Amino acid sequence: MNRIVGCVSLATIAACSAPPQERAHDRLSPDEIVSGSVFLTAETRALQADDFANPGFLWVDRGEALFSEAPQTGPACVSCHADGLAGVAATYPAYDSDTDTVLNIEGRINQCRAKHQGASSLDYESDELLSLTAYIANQSRGAPVSVDTSGSARAVYEEGARYFRTRRGQFNLSCQQCHTENWGKRLRGDTLSQGHGNGFPAYRLEWQSMGSLHRRLRDCDMGVRAEPLPYGDPLYIAVELYLAARADGLEVESPAVRR
Amino acid sequence: MHKTPPILSRRDLLSVGVGAVIVSASPLRSFAAQADLDRAQKELFGDRPVTEGRVALTLPPIAENGYSVPLSVDIESPMTDQDYVKRVAILSPRNPLPLIAQFQFTPQSGRARVDARIRMSGTQSIQAIAEMNDGSLWSGSRETVVTLAACVVL
Amino acid sequence: MASIRLAVPETARVDEIVEVKALIRHPMESGHRRGSRGEVIPRDIITRFECRYAGALVFAGDFHPGIAANPLITFHVRATRSGDLEFTWTDQHGESWSESATLTVT
Repeated sequence: MNRIVGCVSLATIAACSAPPQERAHDRLSPDEIVSGSVFLTAETRALQADDFANPGFLWVDRGEALFSEAPQTGPACVSCHADGLAGVAATYPAYDSDTDTVLNIEGRINQCRAKHQGASSLDYESDELLSLTAYIANQSRGAPVSVDTSGSARAVYEEGARYFRTRRGQFNLSCQQCHTENWGKRLRGDTLSQGHGNGFPAYRLEWQSMGSLHRRLRDCDMGVRAEPLPYGDPLYIAVELYLAARADGLEVESPAVRR
Repeated sequence: MHKTPPILSRRDLLSVGVGAVIVSASPLRSFAAQADLDRAQKELFGDRPVTEGRVALTLPPIAENGYSVPLSVDIESPMTDQDYVKRVAILSPRNPLPLIAQFQFTPQSGRARVDARIRMSGTQSIQAIAEMNDGSLWSGSRETVVTLAACVVL
Repeated sequence: MASIRLAVPETARVDEIVEVKALIRHPMESGHRRGSRGEVIPRDIITRFECRYAGALVFAGDFHPGIAANPLITFHVRATRSGDLEFTWTDQHGESWSESATLTVT
């Protein structure tokens, strides 16, 4: 897909980098980790905090309905998960021994559909998958992000960290340069956030819709004029795991409202 | 001793960057569009005089995204069968279409206030014109700065 | 399929002015945007919103592309007697979606 990307000031940063960083380290210290909502205007924060007006709840509502709706081929999600899935999303992505891979919530939903419901996979950014993901993530709202990066997940975590720190695209920028080294600084009308995924799936004003973290990662990659990875790509799941570990302790905010 | 000046200093580069941002943020077609707004007003209300007042708009001073800006319009009226607001038109001098929405009230509304989320294609002053049941027209306006996102993926 | 959220108080006193909110899921595609191949994305918007209280029109709106996606409208109603508040959204093709809530007036 060809997309036009404009990112004037990123080019400026790349061309004439700011004075030496006081934050030249490669990781956030635990006491400076803040959610993306901190960088929003008061109006947008208020929209996120309003459980009626937050448009993300349109997807949460739909997800709740889908959760108790049995597909023709098998039982409804709720027939196994009668007590809900509180806190679960805060521990994802997580290693799955059946497939020997790390799964994010989207992948886990599709695995459940295949294994227990005899149903086909849902596409990324489809209304159904976004709604189910939003409904499940919302049940962890307020829970601290806490993923396991030990054992079999370690290599995946390292792969994600590598992606995050690697310069890419025509602007030759890494995720790290904006979101670890320069967060809090202005870039055109925005303040650079720390790039956490704790609000996703989130309602972005720019999308005028709900979207997955992978959609956000694709936008970031396109922002630095790099070739985005396909939705659900294992490398993006690795980045997702790295991001979650990096956001350790931050509260899940889904459905967050973001710029 | 001869000293060669640097071809392009860091300061030069910085000023180029800043200049580009200012140019891209400045409104370029506000004049032409004011005429569109005037035409829309004439279509809605004819040539009847509009008095400033009784219409209070609330908009954030800065909107971080023009796709969804919270707007509130509050019109002073007792909202009785004898004296009420019939309708209010929300107008933009800079959007592709000047008329954003029209809302109709009745005495049963009790209060002539409506909140909605609107689109704003850039910094501008949003206008609201209210028509009372006696046919009089009242207006108010409010300016909002719409900022540009760091990375725009179209 | 449309998702609708309503915020209507369950009860109100006679002559109390209550705030009501109505949110519907709709892209409100403006017709001004272009897709990734440069093609114009056709306009697809809700053009009319109505609220009826015990059958009588109490508040209405005519929407244009300047109304944001997933429109949320907040307005007021003077409670006079118990009855349904019925909300209806109609798009440019004439398709419509409705939802109602009961207001008990004491």
